[in-house]
Amino acid sequence: MNISQNTPGKVALLMGNEAIARGALEAGVKVCAAYPGNPSSEIIGTLAGVAEELGLHVEWSINEKVALEVAAAASLSGLRGLCAMKQNGLNVASDFLLNLNLTGCRGGLVVVVADDPGGISSSNEEDSRLFAKLGDLPLLEPANFREAKEMTREAFNLSERLNLPVLIRSVTRVSHARGNVTFDELPQSSPKPGFDLSRPSLAFPPMPNHKALHEKFERAKKIFEESPFNFYRGPEKPDLMVITSGSGYMYSLEAVSNLKVEERVGILKLGTTWPLPEEFVLRHLRRSENFLFIEEVDPFLENNVKELFAQNCSDLGVKRFSGKASHTVPDVGELNPEIVTSALQTLLRVDYMPRPEEYRRRADEAIAEQVPPRAHSFCAGCPHRATYWAVKTALALDARDGFVLGDIGCYSLGMGPSGFFQMKTLHAMGSGTGLACGFGQLERFGLEQPVVAVCGDSTFYHAAMPALANAYYNGANFLLLLLDNSATAMTGFQPHPGTGSTATGGMAPIIDLKAICEVLGARVEVVDPFDIEEAVETILRLIRMERGVHPVRNSSETLNHAEEQGGIISNGVKVLILRRECALVSGKHQRKLFRIEVDQGRCLGEACGCNRLCTRIFKCPGLVWDQSTGKARIDEAICNGCGVCAGICPATAIRKEAVSGGDVVS
Amino acid sequence: MMLLPKDPFNVIIGGVGGQGNVLASRILGEMLVAKGYVITIGETYGASQRGGSVMSHLRISEREPFSPLIPEGRADLLIALEPVEGLRILGPYGNPKIMTLLNTRPIHPIDVISGNATYPEASRVIAKIQELSRRVWTLNATEIALEMGDPIFANIVMLGALSAINVAPIDRQVFESVIRDLFPSRTMDENRRAFERGGEVVEEFHPVR
Repeated sequence: MNISQNTPGKVALLMGNEAIARGALEAGVKVCAAYPGNPSSEIIGTLAGVAEELGLHVEWSINEKVALEVAAAASLSGLRGLCAMKQNGLNVASDFLLNLNLTGCRGGLVVVVADDPGGISSSNEEDSRLFAKLGDLPLLEPANFREAKEMTREAFNLSERLNLPVLIRSVTRVSHARGNVTFDELPQSSPKPGFDLSRPSLAFPPMPNHKALHEKFERAKKIFEESPFNFYRGPEKPDLMVITSGSGYMYSLEAVSNLKVEERVGILKLGTTWPLPEEFVLRHLRRSENFLFIEEVDPFLENNVKELFAQNCSDLGVKRFSGKASHTVPDVGELNPEIVTSALQTLLRVDYMPRPEEYRRRADEAIAEQVPPRAHSFCAGCPHRATYWAVKTALALDARDGFVLGDIGCYSLGMGPSGFFQMKTLHAMGSGTGLACGFGQLERFGLEQPVVAVCGDSTFYHAAMPALANAYYNGANFLLLLLDNSATAMTGFQPHPGTGSTATGGMAPIIDLKAICEVLGARVEVVDPFDIEEAVETILRLIRMERGVHPVRNSSETLNHAEEQGGIISNGVKVLILRRECALVSGKHQRKLFRIEVDQGRCLGEACGCNRLCTRIFKCPGLVWDQSTGKARIDEAICNGCGVCAGICPATAIRKEAVSGGDVVS
Repeated sequence: MMLLPKDPFNVIIGGVGGQGNVLASRILGEMLVAKGYVITIGETYGASQRGGSVMSHLRISEREPFSPLIPEGRADLLIALEPVEGLRILGPYGNPKIMTLLNTRPIHPIDVISGNATYPEASRVIAKIQELSRRVWTLNATEIALEMGDPIFANIVMLGALSAINVAPIDRQVFESVIRDLFPSRTMDENRRAFERGGEVVEEFHPVR
């Protein structure tokens, strides 16, 4: 769908994230910046696709804090700016955000945070709404794709009325849901940017700025009293009122309709959830004595409404509140229609049978009997599988219980069977390298295990560069494996500073990974992970390398300085770059490298003594075990032709034949 | 506009990450929007794409959007791009009235490849799906796509089959207009052929008694 069309009234099938992008265009946004992260990535991805046509600046920034600073600069110059991120990203950006709230902004500035309840593609499921409370910032929560567009457009107006950044909090089932969205007009003019020298943007001194922020906050409350994003749907005096926001609204509608309790249950749907429109909420609290809170993930509305009730209880009388505190709904994970249905059933004591009990039993039995689990795995031909195979082999040969510290990216799958359970820590972006800075200091206390960190290329630019500098400066001893697959693969192959292209497809200078690591003082080598033998040897050599004076690659000044200190710059940080393009990216512009075949005469099956190394241990989805023949074979619908498995079979039964013309296809 | 058998009419497209599940749901959604329906699609993204089970929920209505997740037991049509994934979906979402369109070509999970789990005989899975569905149609869409030179066409083959079995309001004309909007024109012939082939080979499955 081309979201750049100025065709008011046109209906398009838009994903929530595309609807947010369209809303920003309808608001006349000029500068958009983000670091990719699911479920937010398509917002900037979509805007990047129309940037040139509409004359916008759209960038993939190096991390979320810089992205917010870029968008804020537009705002401080009088233009409209948008910044998008996932929940973890707001943690990174929060240092700036919690000062920007004090200075305020000028042109509309909207920060979209797409949360991932249940952590479907995240390491955590934090509820970013708490940042709105922490920073006294106005917060909007769209319930679906339609509202996502409307709210985004209105958020820019609100931001300019209040001179404050406005948060929009989406969730996976809003951002990644698709549906009919109607276009409105695109504006045709835009102000000329300028920084007003008489209005500097200074957070210091904080107290008067904090006071001014509270005044804006009170104004936001008044504005929200009239917001069309808050409404009540249901009987005049319901037996039970659901108070909900975000995706919870659609689930609540569905549950009320399934249970056929429209006459008994009302739904108070809130779109402006911080600050609460207090008079509006109080008015509706008078309608009922029983309330159920439906929201993802934390009891945010629940606690805020209860607090409001506590201030007004003498006037309101006795009320019964159900939600997370009462364990009526789970306090972790995503919501769905069943959770809401079951909570309503409990509170209303009504029966509900979506299908015959006997059908469900038969289906469950069939699944238990027949359906195997399907764990996530690296794609066929993924360089990370080869890398973890090399790490596993090298650490086993070294035999000192070396361990791998990891973080966020496709390579997080290294914690599971597909990465041979090699990755032992998983926290934030770049944390593998940061933790290695600490583990790499523990030799003096007797730690004898080699310390290895893994980090992807995009993650390195985002968060691991400071950790690597720290390692050299403080003399930590570890090996960093830099998995350079030339893409931000996990989130949809967005470009980054190492790829040579920008968000909008333009040429960009390449910031060379190897050169950066060398400048930061590390000893750096590069291998192709598909060359398993060399990769194993290199890892083994690097983890056994003595800590020493190597390498002093800086200026002679540093050398002189080192000599003055007695000739010792004790450093142990080594970087091995494992360079091989993501198989999904290369699949777009290259044919298969090899045609792979298992020679059925040579494969000895279970009798080989290899313990089915190729399938039981290596576990590439393209190489399967044929139960009927008792031998391995290639699944040609999956095999990517990387050829790595050919080097693993001890009976040399896996043959790879170079595909002619296997190079770049136009 | 064809009258829906019920409103909303709930469709699930399920398969394995990498099979083009999400794209299939998008194309189907675009076809239905072009026909004037109000669509809600819920999709699984992110980590789930990497070889795991993937599912898209489509709610087709003449009136309004619905929750992007179909409630328990409320699917009307299942389009399964892989046999055990089809059976897996019938657990939470199936009911005695469900209709199932099935690609019979298995993709082995890594737990099966490693020998920690077994993949059942395809015929047994299909029989079970038949027992749990009102009607079942089958085809080996992956085989057809491989014959065409790229397994990625399997989802288009499945959409062609869907059009042929006449249970959803889509047809070849609307398919072609959507494909023209979404893809480069050089792929038109292959997509059209995949769509046609699906319609030719799909057949209703009747258990041997």
